[in-house]
Amino acid sequence: MRKKNLMTELTKHEPTTVYIKPSKGLSSLNLRDLWVYRELIFFMVWRDIKVKYKQTLLGMAWAVIQPVMTMLVFTFLFDRVAKLPTDNIPYPIFSFTALLPWGLFVTALNQGSRSLVAHNNMVTKIYFPRLILPMSSVFAGLVDFAIAFVILIVLMIYYRFVPAWSLIWTLPLFLLLAIVTALGVALWLSAINVQYRDVNQALPFLTQFWLFATPVAYSASVISAKWQILYSLNPMAGVVNGFRWALLGTGNGPDITLWVSVGISILIFISGLFYFRSMEKTFADTI
Amino acid sequence: MTTAISVKNIGKQYKIGAAETKFRYNMLRDVIVDTVTAPVRIAKALVGKSDRRMNQNYVWALKDVSFDLEEGKVLGIVGRNGAGKSTLLKILSRVTEPTTGTVTVRGRVGSLLEVGTGFHPELSGRENIYMNGAILGMKRAEIDSKFDEIVDFSEVSQFIDTPVKRYSSGMYLRLAFAVAAHLEPEILVVDEVLAVGDAEFQKKCLGKMNDVAQQGRTVLFVSHNMSAILRLTQEAIVLNKGQMIMRGNTQEAVDYYLSSGQSQAGEKIWTAEDVSQTNAELTPTSLKVKDRSGKVVDTIRSTEPVTLEFEYQLNSSITGLRVGLYISTMRGEYIFTSFDTDDANLYEKFDTRSAGRYVSRAEIPADIFNEGRYMVGVNASSFGVKRYFMDENALAFNVDISGAPGTQWGEPRVGPIRPRLNWKIEKIDN
Repeated sequence: MRKKNLMTELTKHEPTTVYIKPSKGLSSLNLRDLWVYRELIFFMVWRDIKVKYKQTLLGMAWAVIQPVMTMLVFTFLFDRVAKLPTDNIPYPIFSFTALLPWGLFVTALNQGSRSLVAHNNMVTKIYFPRLILPMSSVFAGLVDFAIAFVILIVLMIYYRFVPAWSLIWTLPLFLLLAIVTALGVALWLSAINVQYRDVNQALPFLTQFWLFATPVAYSASVISAKWQILYSLNPMAGVVNGFRWALLGTGNGPDITLWVSVGISILIFISGLFYFRSMEKTFADTI
Repeated sequence: MTTAISVKNIGKQYKIGAAETKFRYNMLRDVIVDTVTAPVRIAKALVGKSDRRMNQNYVWALKDVSFDLEEGKVLGIVGRNGAGKSTLLKILSRVTEPTTGTVTVRGRVGSLLEVGTGFHPELSGRENIYMNGAILGMKRAEIDSKFDEIVDFSEVSQFIDTPVKRYSSGMYLRLAFAVAAHLEPEILVVDEVLAVGDAEFQKKCLGKMNDVAQQGRTVLFVSHNMSAILRLTQEAIVLNKGQMIMRGNTQEAVDYYLSSGQSQAGEKIWTAEDVSQTNAELTPTSLKVKDRSGKVVDTIRSTEPVTLEFEYQLNSSITGLRVGLYISTMRGEYIFTSFDTDDANLYEKFDTRSAGRYVSRAEIPADIFNEGRYMVGVNASSFGVKRYFMDENALAFNVDISGAPGTQWGEPRVGPIRPRLNWKIEKIDN
């Protein structure tokens, strides 16, 4: 009985007052609510990770198998058969450094874009900042990334690559760029998906097209100089080049093309955020 | 007294079709076709600003509703299906935004409707408690401190580390309810709990509601069950077609609700406006109460048989259709239920009903009802498959008991039925 009183006390803090009114124009981002619900992000990420490999024979090994198999296929196709130039880097490690951030991006994009529709029972029944759904889907991909990263370390030891120390801070920044890009696109697509399920159909095509537009299988140096700026409009090109530069020392390092990528990425992210927020009020009605 | 909820001129407009039918998505194709003539339109559609004046298919689910509710009060909300009760609750719990007006809510809003939201079948009971708690807005520390209580309440402690997909549906429901019941929100919203779960579960829900109300929390209670409303609330509002038509103490509100629009001289006729978009297969036409001579009547004599007639249109052929009548008292207590295919022969003969107009007619024998007013509900469904139509409060009729057994004493008799029993009196000894 005593315990019960204690718990009632626990929740009897001063209640917060909520004002509900129709939002007009570009609604405020209401990031305060997101902060209040931060634990839910944690729980959603945790759930996604827990559930992902449940009732699979190989479990977490899939996080390794997928990029490694892709790497082997790429090595056979683009190195042995097509003999693409790789800036004198052994092809397996050349492609794997790119497949890591690419895999993260594709998973985040796919899961994030489908997140609202996949959780429609939550959306139609309770209030929580809807941003949590695409956000947590994107973050959940980081675990796979971390596991696959171990393979990269093994490859680097095998091929005797010693990266520059600066990667300790440059790599996380490139990783952040990949996440921001994925989240930005996922914000747009998940919100559109609520009303137009065409997004589900377009996603496989979009990711495939995007893969070709990103220097994952080939080197960005095959693109002639005058097209480099146009090419860097794809933020993932900046991410992949950045990963190769930080880990393998290829390319020139950050230059104007990287800043173009960063700018585009931030533009997608911010616009996605506002678009998502402005559509959020109709999610429960249209989903 | 502080105000817990203050609602000012709330309105909610829905687009017909988009909001109601879940399975008809807008096709991007439609938008693209439009785009050929007006490229701007797609951008407008995507930011949700498509021109409303061009499309007249909007309906106000809620219009100009205003009320204040003080902290610690229990408010009942009554109204027919589609009166806007659920929309109101959805706005209060911030699931959807109002089109017009403002609401000020002081405190966390919790709902017993959200039972099991976010439960994942692969996760264990323990994991789902945390997950569900977080979704309902509990802090981790709060869940930690209530964990044992939740498990006790749910009676599934043995299986707490088993994935919930291995649970029986009863265990699943109990666990889900246990989490929701321990949320301890400042404001609790209960919508039609009586429609889900078994009798035991419903009892638990109502019990919980009672507890919450006694702790001095604010409760909003929506139900079609008038006896539950009368028992649990002191005050009620009546919604009709999206508008609040009455607010007062519960007894008055319930009387008002029951006497307004429920009974139109022994027959209920459904117009296209009443029938929602979802009744694609079955369109109800009318429900009539007829006396022995076939006349539509508002008041029947308990000493004579009465005929209830439900007329409807099937727009496509339906297998396993059964039309049911639910007779209840005005307090919401059911007296009996009967289906048109209860009889084995009819059940086989009407296994499949092709499209067309039908009437299902039931004769209720004499000497059933006691004096008073009774409600007829209609339900058309295929058992375990789909419900095509339902109106729990379709029609009310009065019963006159002159000539019924025992009327020589002129005192009222308790109980809703007044059967003519076959009494025998024997003298067995001197």
